[in-house]
Amino acid sequence: MTVTHNNGLALETDSQLQADADEKLSDDFKIGTRMVSAVTPTSGESRIKVVMPPLITLAAFIGIWYLYSGTQYPISAQRINSLPFPHEIIQSGFRPLWDDVNGFKPILEYMWVTVKVTLIGLAISIVLGIALAVLMNFSKHLERALFPYAVVLQVTPILAITPLLTQLFGYELGPRLVVIVLIAIFPIITNTLFGLQSTDRLHHDLFTLNHVSRWTRLRKLELPSALPALMTGLRIGSGGAVIGAIVADFFFTQGDKGIGYYIRTRQQKASERPEMFAGTITATMFGVIMFLIVGWITNRAIRNWHESASRKR
Amino acid sequence: MTFPDGTHAVDDVSFDVEPGEFVTVVGPSGCGKSTLLRIASGLEANTGGSVTIDRSSIGYVFQDATLLPWRTVERNIELNAELQGMGKSERKAKTKTAIELVHLSGHERKYPKQLSGGMKMRCSLARSLVLNPKVFLFDEPFGALDEITRERLNDELLRLFESEKFAGLFITHSIQEAVYLSTRVIVMSARPGRIIGDYAVPFSFPRQHALRYEPEFAELCGKISADLKDAHS
Repeated sequence: MTVTHNNGLALETDSQLQADADEKLSDDFKIGTRMVSAVTPTSGESRIKVVMPPLITLAAFIGIWYLYSGTQYPISAQRINSLPFPHEIIQSGFRPLWDDVNGFKPILEYMWVTVKVTLIGLAISIVLGIALAVLMNFSKHLERALFPYAVVLQVTPILAITPLLTQLFGYELGPRLVVIVLIAIFPIITNTLFGLQSTDRLHHDLFTLNHVSRWTRLRKLELPSALPALMTGLRIGSGGAVIGAIVADFFFTQGDKGIGYYIRTRQQKASERPEMFAGTITATMFGVIMFLIVGWITNRAIRNWHESASRKR
Repeated sequence: MTFPDGTHAVDDVSFDVEPGEFVTVVGPSGCGKSTLLRIASGLEANTGGSVTIDRSSIGYVFQDATLLPWRTVERNIELNAELQGMGKSERKAKTKTAIELVHLSGHERKYPKQLSGGMKMRCSLARSLVLNPKVFLFDEPFGALDEITRERLNDELLRLFESEKFAGLFITHSIQEAVYLSTRVIVMSARPGRIIGDYAVPFSFPRQHALRYEPEFAELCGKISADLKDAHS
């Protein structure tokens, strides 16, 4: 009797291991869409069940925030200087909602500058990143010649070379775009290249049998096959682009000023701390919106055929 | 056939496949059966010997259905024709015919992940049929399917063979499948692959499912099986 029981248990563990292995296998591709499916209701599930868990997390987070700023900084002047209560941020950071000098409207104006720079930088990164990945996929020699330097660029501490960037590109839009591209392009290159090189060998044979040109092979086989990986790269890259744009705002402050400039200039005076937090929260929301948009595009692009897009949790 | 790493895959294998002939090669794993097909199709260059084949008119069915997951059934089936530059109206018409031939009508707009294993394989067959190939190469196409599906697809393939009159070269592990489908069965030894048996299959067409249980059928399967046992020892 004991023996039977043990056997049953062992079998169960084995199949569990197998399931885990299967899961890991395609994780690379799944990361991209999983986050979206976590906030999109799968069929048959009520909206409440989907919306409640993150709301509870948010409530807990705000609760801890109140507790911490209340106990650490009981005097209100001291608290505003360090960590204001959330309602203080809303009162003197976000409000008035529509005034030309104070509150939310100026924040949005600064934010809009950063949004534009981010989108332009991301567009450059996508075009350049895919082009480089395609080139490296065409020729092993080119891959060997270029890839190490893509890594070097990625790990270069960008803030340390701001004087150089200033000298080369000035103080306005130029260096900000360079910072964004330096951060966003690497994940796009690596993921696209990985996707292109992972194209099924038998699919390649199929195309070889049809005597296709290199260009047709790229267009009709390798690029579509690389799309899920490419979108994962874009997801990571777009997050990096947002952070890059805001950090660049801190350092390159001429021309149209971005949200990073707004945040930095409100770090100095205690009375402006709530505005600093309001600016930071707005910038964060922008990052979240970018994340959701890229996720939505990914889902649209591959939902019909890729496993990750229709995964039931 | 010798690979760059020195692996001697196929040695002294020689045979012809005429139109209206269906030749099946059986042999132990790793005897170079697939290599034969890859050489015949031009996917692999031969290190010796010669292949005479009209490569402009080959149908090749892989072990796997090799459908492009981002294309619908219809778009997958027209792929070969599209890649070879067939005009759109002709392509669409031939695709429609091929879909009807393999009984996939009504599934045109589905994606491969919505299909069963058997349907995927039929889709793969149709993709080659669109080009009306004179030579059809099959690399263990039904190996991954369950027995019932496999037998049904065998019947469909026989039907296609009779109506399309191509020359067929088929690779399989299954002796039953070989005898049921072919006009001739070639048995190969373990690596380096040599021909150790060559049988004409006398049964007439059209063949019915019940043929599998005739004594003559079993006898021929038995002979091939005995050859294969020798091949292993």
